[in-house]
Amino acid sequence: MIRWRNGAAALATLTAGFVSEAFAGTGQPSPWQLGMQTPVTEPAIFLNNMHDGVNIVIALISLFVLALLIIVIVRFNEKANPVPSKTTHHTGLEIAWTLIPALILVGISIPSFRLLKMQIELPKADITVKAVGHQWYWSYEYPQDQGGGFGYDSYMLDPEGAKKANQPNLLAVDNELVLPAGKTVVVQVVGQDVIHNFAIPSFGVRMDAVPGRLNQTWFKTDVEGIYYGQCSRLCGANHAFMPIAVRIVSPEKYAAWLVDAKKKYAEIDAKPVQVAAE
Amino acid sequence: MANAAADHAHGHDAHADHPTGWRRWVMSTNHKDIGTMYLIFAIVAGLVGGFLSIMMRLELAEPGLQYFSNPQTYNVFVTGHGLIMVFFVVMPAVIGGYGNWFVPLMIGAPDMAFPRMNNISFWLLPASLSLLLISLFVEGAPGSNGFGGGWTVYPPLSVAGHPGPALDFGILSLHLAGASSILGAINFITTILNMRAPGMTMHKMPLFAWALLVTAFLLLLSLPVLAGAITMLLTDRNFGTSFFDPTNGGDPILYQHLFWFFGHPEVYIMILPGFGIVSHIISTFSKKPIFGYLGMAYAMVAIGAVGFIVWAHHMYTAGLALNTQRYFVFATMVIAVPTGVKIFSWIATMWGGSIRFSAAMHWAMGFIFLFTVGGVTGVVLSNAGLDRNLHNTYYVVAHFHYVLSLGAVFSIFAAWYYWFPKMSGRVIPEWIGKLHFWVAFIGANILFFPMHFTGLAGMPRHYVDYPEAFAGWNKISSYGSYIFAFGLLIFFFGIFKAFMSPVRAANSPWGEGATTLEWSLTSPPPHHQFETLPHISGDGH
Repeated sequence: MIRWRNGAAALATLTAGFVSEAFAGTGQPSPWQLGMQTPVTEPAIFLNNMHDGVNIVIALISLFVLALLIIVIVRFNEKANPVPSKTTHHTGLEIAWTLIPALILVGISIPSFRLLKMQIELPKADITVKAVGHQWYWSYEYPQDQGGGFGYDSYMLDPEGAKKANQPNLLAVDNELVLPAGKTVVVQVVGQDVIHNFAIPSFGVRMDAVPGRLNQTWFKTDVEGIYYGQCSRLCGANHAFMPIAVRIVSPEKYAAWLVDAKKKYAEIDAKPVQVAAE
Repeated sequence: MANAAADHAHGHDAHADHPTGWRRWVMSTNHKDIGTMYLIFAIVAGLVGGFLSIMMRLELAEPGLQYFSNPQTYNVFVTGHGLIMVFFVVMPAVIGGYGNWFVPLMIGAPDMAFPRMNNISFWLLPASLSLLLISLFVEGAPGSNGFGGGWTVYPPLSVAGHPGPALDFGILSLHLAGASSILGAINFITTILNMRAPGMTMHKMPLFAWALLVTAFLLLLSLPVLAGAITMLLTDRNFGTSFFDPTNGGDPILYQHLFWFFGHPEVYIMILPGFGIVSHIISTFSKKPIFGYLGMAYAMVAIGAVGFIVWAHHMYTAGLALNTQRYFVFATMVIAVPTGVKIFSWIATMWGGSIRFSAAMHWAMGFIFLFTVGGVTGVVLSNAGLDRNLHNTYYVVAHFHYVLSLGAVFSIFAAWYYWFPKMSGRVIPEWIGKLHFWVAFIGANILFFPMHFTGLAGMPRHYVDYPEAFAGWNKISSYGSYIFAFGLLIFFFGIFKAFMSPVRAANSPWGEGATTLEWSLTSPPPHHQFETLPHISGDGH
């Protein structure tokens, strides 16, 4: 009986997976996932909902074309229809298949432009941090006037380290980017050597880290937890091995972390000066 | 020189000359022979590009590093696969191969306008491919061979990131391929505008010729921009300029704009000839003229024109301003309209027809459905907001392989099974073409459809290794690639069978529906055709 219920639950999950992202991990992918990772920011939730909607539209269009092809195969093959018609024009039809797709596109563009504005227009930041892409790791900097004044490097953990930390291989890092829940975070993204890309699917964030160009993106989430992303611009040999991990904690924990981090990273604070001198 | 003068004096005799042996091919000025060489070249290059992709799928079949102990070598394979498939497989096949063969035949011309230029167009390509292959074996990034920065060759990775000479070979290779294509484009434009048979007005011209005309204009206008961009890369790399180097006031984003101003028309260059091919096959086997001929022709013109003003939709994550992204979303979506006109017109052509499901028709109908699937995911990606979570993921890989590998490549195979009897005078048994279709159709879908899922889940492109969670769908993709590769064995068996068999092709083996001029000639056509120009009358297209 228990076994049956498990099976039914699995089946229900499987079915639901085709229409929503029941499979989706939060902050990381899960096996056999069909949709996007669970969104936790307002633009990412909008993005996911819009994608669900557009996905239904494009699936229907594809099925419509498939249905027409099947009708053609059944009704208009040599055996069923030995004498071909000579019709080559139908003005009404031609206007319809120009106008209807155009209207569908107009329909898609309305939420699309809303989402775009939401993503690109930066709200007033509570916290600003800087993410710098290097070959092949990220470094993060917290400005002085927000209780920071330090920076550190974030490298991928090796398989054993990831196992020990009980985190997914190729996603786990040694020093996570730690930020508070419920605060608007603006991330300044830049590349140090070549172009990298700072991407976190659950936040709906993806921004090129271009040398010589300060790009900005933002997120704000109330959901505490760890969110992984991966470099999304081909950047050389270890492109696949410079993940991004953001840990969202409560504002209290964040304040405590800031104090600790200041001490911890003060010792390596001399490092950026060295880099500048190079 | 005296001989040359004598040749001119006996111009008419020289015209009937039929060179044999190596002179027939190496010194060829005959559009059909040059077309044949282009097709053989594309098949050979396709085997190289296909080998690279099978190696990639073997590596990606499981998490962890299986075959590529140096991840940079994987990047080199990705880059080589992309460049070879674009510049040395699809373009030579559809433009140089089928274009050369059938544009003159379809418009009733004796040959291309500039036969000698046609020869150099072809012979630049083996040189170009050689340079690209050499680049795989010389140093690129420090300590490893070959250029591994993707087919887009973005700086600074392509400048500071690859100090070795590999990319210099790559850039020279692209220059030669570009010169070859520009010469070819000039040849096609001149031929189509000036050498149509008496009575064949532009509006009576077959759609394949229309497709090649639009393609040739896209090549002519976009390739010089690529040439400029990669020349700037070359001088940045070797001569101390800093067009794209931010430490000296340059801008890497400038390169992206220049590249994609070429790169986006390039994707239409690869698919438009396929549109033309599919139109003829659909019309022939439905035994009906094309539905909405003018709409079909001008839809291609519209796709070509709009294709030039949508390039930055490849750059939504580069940090473009809100209004810039808004414009490119809007312009990109517009392309879906003429594309829809084509899809529905093909279906309307079949509607009411008396369809014979030949091998070529299988491929053409497969093309229509799979190109639709690739097209609608393009609509998703055109939205900058949605692209925020899809840019550079496997969703994009799925999208462009549906329009290229299952679109352009299916049109190449469709044309192969349609025109092979005309080109060779031999016959590939229909069951072989159909079996090849089903194996390829199933294989390609198993290969590329799961990439939508891994992409939506966030798996980035150009990754030699991936987190455990992506393992399932990647395994399935890899199985699909082996099935698709097996299909190629069937393809080669078909050619073998055709040349072994005593069966000879009829002049017009596809019957009454095949109305274009190539079917009025023998199979294969005579070395020089239309010595008396055909006259086109009535409403025959």
